[in-house]
Amino acid sequence: MKAATSDEYKILGTRPIRHDGADKVTGKAKYGADVQFANLAHGKILRSPHAHARIKSIDTSAAEKVPGVFAVITANDFPDPQDKIADLGEGPVTLSHLGSNVMARGKVLYKGHAVAAVAATSTHVAEQALNLIQVDYEILEPVLWVLDAMAEDAPLLHENVFTDSMGEASEKPSNIEKHLHFEKGDIEQGFAEADIVIEREFKTASVHQGYIEPHVATADWNEDGQLRIWTSTQGSFTVRHQTAELVGIPLSRVTVYPCEIGGGFGGKIAVYLQPVAALLSRKSGRPVKLVMQRDEVFEGTGPTPGSFVRVKLGAKNDGTLTAGKAWIAFDAGAFPGGPIGPGCMCVFSCYDLPHATVDGYNVCNNKPKTQAYRAPGSTHVAYATENVLDEIAGELDLDPLDLRLKNAVKEGSRRVDGPVYPEIGCVEVLEAVKNSEHWNAPLEGPYRGRGLALGFWFNCGLKSSATANVNTDGTVTLIEGSTDIGGSRTSLAMQLAETLGLTAEEIHPQVADTDSVGYTDVTGGSRVTFATGLAVCKAGEDIQKQMRQQAAVLWDCDANEIEISGSTFSRNGNSISFQELAAKQLQLGEPIVGRATVAPDCSTNGFGAHIADVEVDPETGKTTVLRYTAIQDAGKAIHPSYVEGQMQGGAVQGIGWALNEEYFFGDAGDMKNASFLDYRMPTCLDVPMIETIIVEVPNPDHPFGVRGVGETPIVPPPAAITIAIHNATGVYMRELPASPPRLWKALQEA
Amino acid sequence: MSKKIHVTTTINGEPIEFLCEARHSLLEVLRDSLGLTGSKEGCNNGNCGACTVMLNGVPVDSCLVLGVEVEGATIETVEGIAQNGELHPIQQCFLEGAALQCGICTPGFLVAAKALLEKNPHPSEEEIRFNLAGNLCRCTGYDKIVRSVQAAASQLQETTS
Amino acid sequence: MKNFEYAAPANVESATALLEKYGDAAKILAGGTDIIVQLREGLRAADVVIDIKNIPEIVDYQYSADVGLQLGAATPCYRIYGDEELAKAYPAVLDSTRIIGGWQIQSRASVGGNLCNASPAADSIPSLIAHQATCHIAGPHGRRSVAAQDFCTGPGRNTLEQGEMLVALTLPPSKPNSGSAYLRFIPRNEMDIAVVGAASWVQLDDSGESIQSGRIALAAVAPVPLYAEEASSWLSGQPATAATFVEAGELAKNIVSPISDMRGTAEYRQHLVGVLVKRTLKIAVERARTNQ
Repeated sequence: MKAATSDEYKILGTRPIRHDGADKVTGKAKYGADVQFANLAHGKILRSPHAHARIKSIDTSAAEKVPGVFAVITANDFPDPQDKIADLGEGPVTLSHLGSNVMARGKVLYKGHAVAAVAATSTHVAEQALNLIQVDYEILEPVLWVLDAMAEDAPLLHENVFTDSMGEASEKPSNIEKHLHFEKGDIEQGFAEADIVIEREFKTASVHQGYIEPHVATADWNEDGQLRIWTSTQGSFTVRHQTAELVGIPLSRVTVYPCEIGGGFGGKIAVYLQPVAALLSRKSGRPVKLVMQRDEVFEGTGPTPGSFVRVKLGAKNDGTLTAGKAWIAFDAGAFPGGPIGPGCMCVFSCYDLPHATVDGYNVCNNKPKTQAYRAPGSTHVAYATENVLDEIAGELDLDPLDLRLKNAVKEGSRRVDGPVYPEIGCVEVLEAVKNSEHWNAPLEGPYRGRGLALGFWFNCGLKSSATANVNTDGTVTLIEGSTDIGGSRTSLAMQLAETLGLTAEEIHPQVADTDSVGYTDVTGGSRVTFATGLAVCKAGEDIQKQMRQQAAVLWDCDANEIEISGSTFSRNGNSISFQELAAKQLQLGEPIVGRATVAPDCSTNGFGAHIADVEVDPETGKTTVLRYTAIQDAGKAIHPSYVEGQMQGGAVQGIGWALNEEYFFGDAGDMKNASFLDYRMPTCLDVPMIETIIVEVPNPDHPFGVRGVGETPIVPPPAAITIAIHNATGVYMRELPASPPRLWKALQEA
Repeated sequence: MSKKIHVTTTINGEPIEFLCEARHSLLEVLRDSLGLTGSKEGCNNGNCGACTVMLNGVPVDSCLVLGVEVEGATIETVEGIAQNGELHPIQQCFLEGAALQCGICTPGFLVAAKALLEKNPHPSEEEIRFNLAGNLCRCTGYDKIVRSVQAAASQLQETTS
Repeated sequence: MKNFEYAAPANVESATALLEKYGDAAKILAGGTDIIVQLREGLRAADVVIDIKNIPEIVDYQYSADVGLQLGAATPCYRIYGDEELAKAYPAVLDSTRIIGGWQIQSRASVGGNLCNASPAADSIPSLIAHQATCHIAGPHGRRSVAAQDFCTGPGRNTLEQGEMLVALTLPPSKPNSGSAYLRFIPRNEMDIAVVGAASWVQLDDSGESIQSGRIALAAVAPVPLYAEEASSWLSGQPATAATFVEAGELAKNIVSPISDMRGTAEYRQHLVGVLVKRTLKIAVERARTNQ
C-alpha cells in the first residue's frame, strides 16, 4: 500500500458535518438510558460500605417481600466460573475475577463493590428494598497505597493470586500479581558513560475517566432463552462475550445492541451492569434496566491506577542520553490486571536509550478494579521521565527542546521492550514545536513558566469488519461495529467516500448490533479510524471489483479492461458513473455488497508534544493555565476537526489529572469525593483555548496513512504542566495532582 | 403505591398534563413519563448540567426541580430548540464547529448557550466560559464548544441586524 | 428516595402551621438545590415537603436607598446579581450570589436557603454578616429577628425552632464611602465548595484614605461562618493601606479553628484566611472609593 499526498484527496482533510449530528443536537439520539420497554423493571445495586470485608451472610428475604419487587439476586445466582480463563479479545481473563467484580463472591474488596441487586417497579422501590437487605460483614483491614500493598505483611486480598514474574509463579500468594522486567544493552556501562545521573521518585493519585454518561444496561431474557442487551459500551462484542461467560450461556444466545455512548475513555469495556441486568431479567421475566448514579460510577467502576514511579537517567554533557532505569508500581485495584505492561513499554518510548532496564509491578489493593483510561499507563510514566529529562536539561544548561530532539526515537530505534520503530513522526513533532508560534512567543511576568513534554501511545490494530451495501440511488450504506464515541461514523464514511469517489454525505454509516455485523473489537486503543478504516477501504475496493464486473457485462468486455477514476468507470471512450451503475445493478446482475474483515497486528505509533504556559499564585498555590498547545502526528487527519477535538479533549483531561483530579480516600478506604462537585474535573472556566498543530507523517500500514490519535494527547499534560510550574516557581512537583494545597506546601518548604 | 399528583404545564409551547409522585424530579418526569429523553442524567446532583432545561425563562438543572413544582410553569427542553423542521443557529454552529464528540452533554450545553445568547447577545470568551461552567464536558476540552457559541453569536447578530 | 407529601401554602401562617404539625419530618423547599440532594442521598428525610415559593413575600425583594433591602428568603440568586442597584449597594452579596453553583443553580438557589442550610462553607453567609443583615423568622408564636452572624448554630444546624421558618433578610441602607467584597478560595474557578471564604465591608472617611469602620466575616474555618470581631473593630481609624489589610488578615486568623480534610489542611486554611481578608479588604476599599 502506498500513502498518497494530501492534495490527491477530495474528501480526506475536509470537515463534513457528522452523520449523527442532527440527532445529537435535537435530543433524538438514543443513548443507553433512553431505551424504554413495556413492563420494564428498574434495578438497583446494593454496594459494600467497607473497603475490605468478608461476607458472612446475605439475607434478602425482607427485600423480596416489598410490594413492587420482582427479583433479588446475589453472587449465588451466578454460575460459579471456578478457575476458567477466557480470552475476551484483549488477553486472557480469569473469569472468577471478572465475575466477582460484577458481584462480590465471599469478600468485598473495595467500597462500592456490588453485593446484591434488586429489580422492581421503579428505582425508588428498588432502593427501598435494597435498604432491607441484611449483609453481615467481617471487616478486614484495607490497604490502599500501592507500596503499602507490596509489603510482606500487607493485608492480603486474594488467597489464590500469586506473583507472575515473567512467567514464574511465586510460592506464596501475594498482592503483587505481576512483575515485568525489560532490558536493553548494559545498564551499568550506560550509567558509567554518563556525565550526569539524576534519579527521582514520582507518585500519582487514582483518577477517573469521568465520562458524563453513567454506566447503563437494559437486558431482556426472553422465554426462548435469547438474551438481548441494550447498553452503553465501547465494544458490543466484548460485552456479548463477557456476559455470556458470566451468566453461563453460549454467546450466540446473546445479542448486544450498542446504544449511543456518552463517553468511555477506556472505562466502558469491562462489564458491570450487563450480567446483573440479564439475571434480574431472567428471574423477573421482564426487561430490566440498570443505571448507575454518579457515586456508583466513581466508587464502583474503573479509575486508572494510582502509581509510584522511580526513574533514573544518565546523560553526557552534550545531552546524549546514555542509560535509563525505571521501577514502576501500579494499582491493580481489587483484581489482577491493568496497564503495567504499557507503562513499562512507554516509560522510555520517546527516547533512543542505548542501555535501559525497566521493572514493573502490578499490585492488588482495596480500590475499584482499575480500568483503561486513554493511553493507559503511559501518562504516569511520561510524567516521571519528562520531569527527570527537564531536570537534566536544567543541570546541563541545555534547551529542553534540543535535548529531546537530540535523543528522539526515529525509524529503526529499538524500544526497551523489543520492537523496532517503523516510520514514525517523533522528530517531526518536535520540529513542529520548534517552528510553532507558541514556542517562540515570549512569556514574561513573575510566577509564570512554560513547560514542554513529549508523549507516546502505541495505537493498536485488532480486528474489525465492515459491510457496505450499494443502494440503487447511488449512495452506500456502511454497516460497521465500532461504537461511535467521537465522530467515527463520519471518519469511516469519509474513507469509504474517498475510496469510491463519492461525497461523505453519500455514505450512510450505521453502527450495527452483534447479530448484524462481523466481529469487531472495542472502540479503544485509538484503533477505529485506522483499523475499521482499513476494513472500510477494503470494503470499498470490494465494491469496485463487483461494479467493474457489472460494467464489463454492460460493455460486454473483460472486467480487467475497465478503468476506475474517482467515481467514473470507463473503457475505450465509454464511461459510466458510480451512480448510474448503482442504479443498473439489479438489471446487470447481483446486488452489490462490499465486505471486508481485517486484523492488522501493527502499532500506528502516535507521538505528541504539548506546550503549557502557567501562572502560579504563590499565596494560594493555585495554577492557572494561560496558554496551551498540543502538537501531534496524526499520520493523515481524515476529519481535522475530530483530530483536533481528540487533541484538545485529551489535553484537558490531562490538565485535570495534573492539577486537581484525585480520589481522596479516608482511613477506612472510603472515597470521600464521589461526586462531580468534589472530584474536580476542569470546567470550561478552568482552561484556555487549546491550540493544535497536526503533523502528518503517513503511516505506511494504511492506504491513506492514518495513525490513531485519541490517546496520545493525555500523555504529555501532567509533565508539561509540572515542568511549567517548575519554571514558574523553581519547585518540581513530584506528586500528582499538583493541587493548590500541595503546591502551596511545596512552596513553603522550598 | 404512592398517590400521584396531577400537574398542568407547558412544555416546548404545548400544554401538557402529567401525573407524578412528589419525589419525582422534573428530569424523571420529562424522561420517563413524557418520553422527552433529550435531557440527560449525568450526575442527578446539579453538578454537570446535562439535564439543563429552561423553567419560566431561566436555565435550571431539571434533576433539582420536583415535577410537582412546575404546575403552571413554562418549560423548554432541547427538543424544543429546532423549530419547524429547522435547526436553530446554535445547533447548526455546534455541528459545523464539531462542538460535540460523544454528545451526552450537548443538550444541556445547547439549552444553556441559547439562554446565554438571549440574555447577552455579544458575550466575551470569559462570559461564555463563566456562564457555561455549570455544564461539564469530558470529551472536547471546551475549545470547540466556546468557539461554536461565538460563531452562533455572530450568526444571530447578522440575522437580526 | 422515600416519597413524601407535597404542600405549597400561599401564606406564611399556613406554612408555619404545617411546620409545627410535622416538626422535623417537614422540610422546606425553596430553590431545592440543597434539600433535594439531601433527601435523595438520605442525608435528611421528610414526610412532607413544603414549597414556599407560592408565598409572595418570600420570593421577592424590595430595595430603596433610604430603607435598605428586604430580601425574601427564597428569592433566587440570579435576581440579586441581575439588579444593578443592589449590586452597587451590597457588592459582597453580589459576589456571593454569582458564584453559588453555576448559572442553573443560581436560577433556583436563594440566599435564605444558603443561610438555612447552614453549611460552614456557605458562600453568602460571610457577605450577610459583613453587611449586618438581620434574619426575620416567623413561627407559630409570631415573628422574631436575629442577626445573621447568630443564625447558624453548627454544621447544618440553625437557630430555627420547631414551626419556625426564615421569611426574609433585611440589610441596612448602604453607607456613603462604603464598599464590600467576597472571595472564596477554590481549586477550580467555578462549581466548587469554598476551602475558605471571606467577606469584608469597609466605610472610608471622606478623604478615602482611612477606614472609619469595617466588618470581616469568614467561612469554612469553624463549625459556623464567623464574624471576625477583633479584626473588624481594629480596622476603625486605620489607614486604607496594604499594610492594614495584611494586619487585619493576621488578626482574623486568631479566631479560626479549621479542620483538615480533603479540601485542605488546617494550616493551609488558616493561611488562606490572611490571604483572602487582605484581598477582600483591598477590593472593598477600591469599591468604596469608586462608590463615592
